[in-house]
Amino acid sequence: MSDQNPHHNHARYWRKNIVLVFVILAIWFTVSLGSGILFRDWLDANFPKVGNAPFGFWMAQQGAIICFVGLLIGYKFFMNRLENQEGFSSK
Amino acid sequence: MTQDYWNFLFIGLSFAVYIGIAVKSRAASTKEYYTAGGGVSPLANGMATAADWMSAATFISMAGTVAIVGYDASRFLMGWTGGFVLLTVLMVPFLRKFGKATVPDFIGDRYYSRMARGVAVVCAIFICMTYIMGQMRGVGVVFSQLFGIGIPAGVLIGAAIVFVYAGLGGMKGITYTQVAQYCVMAFAYTIPAVFIAIALTNNFIPQLGLIGNYTAGDEVVPFLEKLNNINQEIGFEKYTDGKLATVDIFCITVALMCGTAGLPHVIVRFFTVKNVKAVRTSACWTLAFIAVIYLTAPTIGAFSRVNLIEKLNNTSYKETPQWFKEFEETGQMAWVDKNGDGVIQYYGPLKSEEKTSSPFQGKKPAYPAPNAPKEQRIGKHGERLLISKADMTNPNELWFGNDIMVMANPHMAGLPAWVIGLLMAGCIAAALSTAAGLLLVLSTSISHDLMKKIVKPDLSDKEEVSYARIAAFVALAVAAYFGINPPSAFIAKTVAFAFGLAASSFFPTLLMGIFFKRVNKQGAIAGMVSGIAFTAGYIIYFQFLGGSKEQWLLGISPEGIGSIGMLINFAVTFIVSAFTPAPPQEVQDMVESIRMPDGSDDENSSSAPPVMH
Repeated sequence: MSDQNPHHNHARYWRKNIVLVFVILAIWFTVSLGSGILFRDWLDANFPKVGNAPFGFWMAQQGAIICFVGLLIGYKFFMNRLENQEGFSSK
Repeated sequence: MTQDYWNFLFIGLSFAVYIGIAVKSRAASTKEYYTAGGGVSPLANGMATAADWMSAATFISMAGTVAIVGYDASRFLMGWTGGFVLLTVLMVPFLRKFGKATVPDFIGDRYYSRMARGVAVVCAIFICMTYIMGQMRGVGVVFSQLFGIGIPAGVLIGAAIVFVYAGLGGMKGITYTQVAQYCVMAFAYTIPAVFIAIALTNNFIPQLGLIGNYTAGDEVVPFLEKLNNINQEIGFEKYTDGKLATVDIFCITVALMCGTAGLPHVIVRFFTVKNVKAVRTSACWTLAFIAVIYLTAPTIGAFSRVNLIEKLNNTSYKETPQWFKEFEETGQMAWVDKNGDGVIQYYGPLKSEEKTSSPFQGKKPAYPAPNAPKEQRIGKHGERLLISKADMTNPNELWFGNDIMVMANPHMAGLPAWVIGLLMAGCIAAALSTAAGLLLVLSTSISHDLMKKIVKPDLSDKEEVSYARIAAFVALAVAAYFGINPPSAFIAKTVAFAFGLAASSFFPTLLMGIFFKRVNKQGAIAGMVSGIAFTAGYIIYFQFLGGSKEQWLLGISPEGIGSIGMLINFAVTFIVSAFTPAPPQEVQDMVESIRMPDGSDDENSSSAPPVMH
């Protein structure tokens, strides 16, 4: 696990971590505050219904929560992969 | 078997389990007391955090709120789950890597300042105290219904139980108790929903029933359309439309999300697992377990709305089901026969010119004394009479509290008595688990952050645990006092306050402490103080000093003002930090080290599980 140039490694790890956090937060914002509140009326009118529920309404009451769980699973998966790639051994 | 029998059976059994677990996993050292020794499995911690997070208010009132306001309740559904995404990607992995026991610990070290720590301690105590009062009240209400005793006695019994296993067992004791409590809550919440979904929509998955068809009527119609129709028929907004302004609901949701990510009693839960990797796994489990309840709440709300209206509206009092009379007796439902026709009419605000819908004047029904003559207590149809004056500006005759939806649901659907017993046990589990978690943060804030770090640094490990137990006792006594004598509507209002405060103080300060090395102590203190002062000032002005709705800043209600307070905190911190010296090198190194994962060859790494004493 020990690396010849730990600082280089650290900087790259942190940069990739930040990128991942930004991607996750962008999705997080889109599915909840975006779909559920800001663009809800437009989505209700223009998107296919989920079952019998208008799309925006369904996102606000069900879809956003399901996406949140998915996001955290994604975060865990990509962070673990990143740590392995950058040579941080995990016990 | 009678209802009481089932109630006692379920509650007695669950209590035996809780106490057994608490005694078995009692804490012996400060590490075990504060963070359960750092060796809890991610799955167990996930369940425990979920139980900790979902309070009696969530368990009892959330579905009722959804039933009454429909779409507008989405702010709670998204806010209280979305916060966990922020918490997981921005906060807890780094704070766990830091490896200390409490949130003020991090703020005190990162901002190398006793004052910053002091501000953090005061915030933590205030946030936890406002929460725990509501929990004690909830425990008291359930116990009083159960044993037929007064609420004060119920609160005291609840306080004694919480003290035994939280005060004595510490984090280790409550973590494993909360695992059991989560299981009770999850079953108690979902089983009635499944039965009702089958009855109304012919679908055994409630979430599919919600977006499916209503099959209990004469013709099959989409369930939400049915709900919209009956809502509009009797003068309410469409269920799937909101009444709140977009900017307001947006700000409230943001404040709830960021507040969640800044709540100290949730953050410390993640200090109990082995390492940073386990924190991420545990966060997935936590949110998954919370989602089980949060995805069910909107279905319970929608189903019970339909059930309530179908069963009660335009029904003559003589034909109402037995449960209506029972809730009338306990004062959770009331009927005022305004037009004297002996039939219950339920109408929304759109049916009256003044846009009112209260059946009587005042917020809650008032009743004649129990020893009053019979004709003052019982009306000509057999209904319970009120002494509150009827509000004749609208035609609505039916009143019910938000809290009864979950409790009345199994009755309305005609479910067997054991389901209701299970629900009672679930409700108590929700209140106890949250109260215990909060009590722990309160007691550690006082013993560790206040006594050990500020007042008396030479405290020994053993003395510190004793202080924590004394602090737990005192905090509980104060909470019990306010549970017995609630400052009227104060508690409901202060919950919004707690989130606003967490969003405008802890969340930005922790976030900048981790992601911006240049932010220094002057900036952080100035930011925290201005964020809190703005938020607290706004809330106090509108909630307690009678500010009117027309004066709201940009149309944002006090509930959502925490999001603006947060922006102020960010702005002030950056500006002040830019004009004052950078933090010392060792603090910058510390920030650098918490950003790196486990297994990095960093010498200040403190990612090893906390040492057992």
